[in-house]
Amino acid sequence: MRFAVLQFPGSNCDQDCVHVLGNVLGQQADYLWHKEESLGDADAVVVPGGFSYGDYLRTGSIAQFSPVMNAVKQFADDGGLVIGICNGFQILCETGLLPGALVRNRSLQFRCEQVYLKVPTQDSPFTREIEAGSVIRVPIAHGEGCYFADDESLARLQSNDQILFQYVTADGEPTEEANPNGSLLNIAGICNEARNVCGMMPHPERASESILGEDDGLRIFEGMLSHFEGKPVVTEPEQAV
Amino acid sequence: MKAKIVITPKKAVLDPQGKTVQTALEHMGYEGVNDVHVGKYLEIELEGDDAEAWKPKIDEACHKLLSNPVIEDYHFTIE
Repeated sequence: MRFAVLQFPGSNCDQDCVHVLGNVLGQQADYLWHKEESLGDADAVVVPGGFSYGDYLRTGSIAQFSPVMNAVKQFADDGGLVIGICNGFQILCETGLLPGALVRNRSLQFRCEQVYLKVPTQDSPFTREIEAGSVIRVPIAHGEGCYFADDESLARLQSNDQILFQYVTADGEPTEEANPNGSLLNIAGICNEARNVCGMMPHPERASESILGEDDGLRIFEGMLSHFEGKPVVTEPEQAV
Repeated sequence: MKAKIVITPKKAVLDPQGKTVQTALEHMGYEGVNDVHVGKYLEIELEGDDAEAWKPKIDEACHKLLSNPVIEDYHFTIE
């Protein structure tokens, strides 16, 4: 599988993504400069974290007009897999590929820490390798990760099962204390209605090797790979009561 | 000629900066500060003197780039 990892001026998680996809997941991962107008033969796109264009004006606002983003929009419209991480999530929201927006953390603090995420559904290429309802541990590092959308959009996200990751306690409870940035409904990551575009504030690429402490994040990239390979989703059999 | 654009967070959006500034003002002893909203102010220098012709262009620029309609409101004058 060939992953294209976008690079904007100010991207800084691109190397971690290429390392994990290439050296850990064992797939082809190439950098793609933002001025490119084509994705080439990429099978999936990663919009990595960082501070594209210095986060001038609003996070992700300038990056949405980079030439490569036209190709990403077309790719996503055609059903291609796209994942935006941290600043990448902000860019995908600004581009309109995902609903809502990310605003300043309620605490006004830049939060850099491990968080627990509940994965409510297995029904997406990004969560298919994670048992529905389970809790994973992945780090965050952001100052503007507070997810906002109007009531109508939130209701749609809920009814379509588009919330893929929620900030929770270690026990899986979506409490206010477990919410590091004030996101509505404790949202840490969502997908679009067609389920081929995902955005998340936490950094799975920083939690993909057990030797470095955590490898829960790798399940997300493994999901994209098994989806691409057309493998069936393996769900846990329901336990008899 | 200049376009003067004011962008403010929508009422429904949390504005922790505004709240923090409000608290600071109260600590300084200013009474009666009901609410503070922190936004952005942009000045764009424009060619020519046809304000009416610029209006729809500035409006489009506000909608597409300068503000995010999901979280912000804007208004502007051209003079």
